[in-house]
Amino acid sequence: MRRMRSLRLKVNGDEVEVGAPDHWTLLEVLRYRLGLIGSKQGCDKGDCGACTVLVDGAPVLSCLTLAALAEGREVTTIEGLMPAHVARGGAGADPVQDAFDRCGALQCGFCQPGMMLSARALLDRTPFPTREEIQQALAGNLCRCTGYTQIFQAVEQVAAEAAGIEPAEPTWATYREAGQQPSPRARGVKGEDA
Amino acid sequence: MKSFELVRPRTLDQAVTELAAGGAMPLAGGQDLLGELKEHLADPERVVDLKRLEGLDGIDVDGEGNLTVGALVTLTALEEDPRVRERFPVLAEAAASVGSVQIRNAGTVGGNLCQRPRCWYYRTEDTPCLKRGGTECFSYAGKSKYNAILGGGPSYIVHPSDVAPALRVLDAELELRGPGGERRVPVADFFTLPSEGDVLKENVLEPGEIVTRVRVPALRGTWRSGYEKFRERDSYDWALASVAAALRVDAGRVVEARLCMGGVAPIPWRVAKAEQALLGPLRDESAWTAAGREMVRGAEPLEHNGYKVPLARAMIVKTLRRLTT
Repeated sequence: MRRMRSLRLKVNGDEVEVGAPDHWTLLEVLRYRLGLIGSKQGCDKGDCGACTVLVDGAPVLSCLTLAALAEGREVTTIEGLMPAHVARGGAGADPVQDAFDRCGALQCGFCQPGMMLSARALLDRTPFPTREEIQQALAGNLCRCTGYTQIFQAVEQVAAEAAGIEPAEPTWATYREAGQQPSPRARGVKGEDA
Repeated sequence: MKSFELVRPRTLDQAVTELAAGGAMPLAGGQDLLGELKEHLADPERVVDLKRLEGLDGIDVDGEGNLTVGALVTLTALEEDPRVRERFPVLAEAAASVGSVQIRNAGTVGGNLCQRPRCWYYRTEDTPCLKRGGTECFSYAGKSKYNAILGGGPSYIVHPSDVAPALRVLDAELELRGPGGERRVPVADFFTLPSEGDVLKENVLEPGEIVTRVRVPALRGTWRSGYEKFRERDSYDWALASVAAALRVDAGRVVEARLCMGGVAPIPWRVAKAEQALLGPLRDESAWTAAGREMVRGAEPLEHNGYKVPLARAMIVKTLRRLTT
């Protein structure tokens, strides 16, 4: 009883038709039918957030979404972030991707696609979020490398640059661009202000 | 995940017929069901997608202030609805406390009420626990940190829903639809203790029956309500203990009180004597303490969950302090 279904999906602005069994998740179709391997298969049961994609602009877990239920919706994966930015008249990577890079917000990188999509969805709705709003928006994306501080700072960096101001606390980007070593505080070390 | 056939009915009648045919399970947001399927806890031949049904994804407030929430409303939509936030803060706060942003964006009100237990013995594929048709609740003599201190036996699960305690203090009713037609069941009668119902289930839903709507009667007078949840992990988690509270206040006095706990029992745990203890002056710490004492009266902790007794009492005091400040 391995029924195949023909699915019409809209992924990163492209209409695609793809065959998959009924029980396949959106994540499986993205990775193993469409070759979009940016969305990660981490825990595969809704704990880690590494499979996060945007469906109609809202972050959801593609590992807990049957592929058929994404029909008629707009799916955005990490691969679609930069093209969408360029289509809106921007140059290069999405500011979120750029800030994550410049702020040292990643190490192994496994959580980053999901993390950046959650951050993008937050900033689309709330362009100038508080630290608490950032923490809540990213609570469903687990990172085992960074300790989160640089990730929160990267989101703040995006908001600050959009407003044409300096972020409230210096991020790695600030130090790097000045050719200095990041302070312990910017690295998330408590009680050791430089 | 084992393969299944996805059935996508357009009408409630079709959905109920599909579900009643046996071997089928309903799918709404899928945030619990897909986990169950992946862990082989559920093994349906057909999965019936409810998301195409019309008229079950709306939030309505009628002229008298009665609230109706369709079972397919997402937790995000419930949490963000300005009318819910203003009139029924306990419900908005409970919805906001569920899972992560991603889970609330997909998870539905109906699914949250009908989600299965999180007990790790139940969730472990190879453990034939009582809830899976076995003969023993392994938490009783095993790792019981997250299990029930009240109302347990023969199964010691806690009900994982945050929305349920909030609906319980709002005296809500659930609209159910099954092969036998439509019926309404108060939330008070929806959830079943393992000792009094089928131990394989957590509620009164018959085979093929689903929750279609939640009906919350208007609150008359001046009410203060809220939901507090204690989690082991701050980012997102199920409750170790949670409190839904609603107080009707008149001339500086509490004239009606409703109090229900989550995370401590197999059903949302509401105790009339705890509520009575709160009647009187608005800010009365001794009344909060007394309410906490009544709420956990008769508690029988297992080996690793004794901490839930003082936690539950502290959570009640914390909730009441916030609501009366």
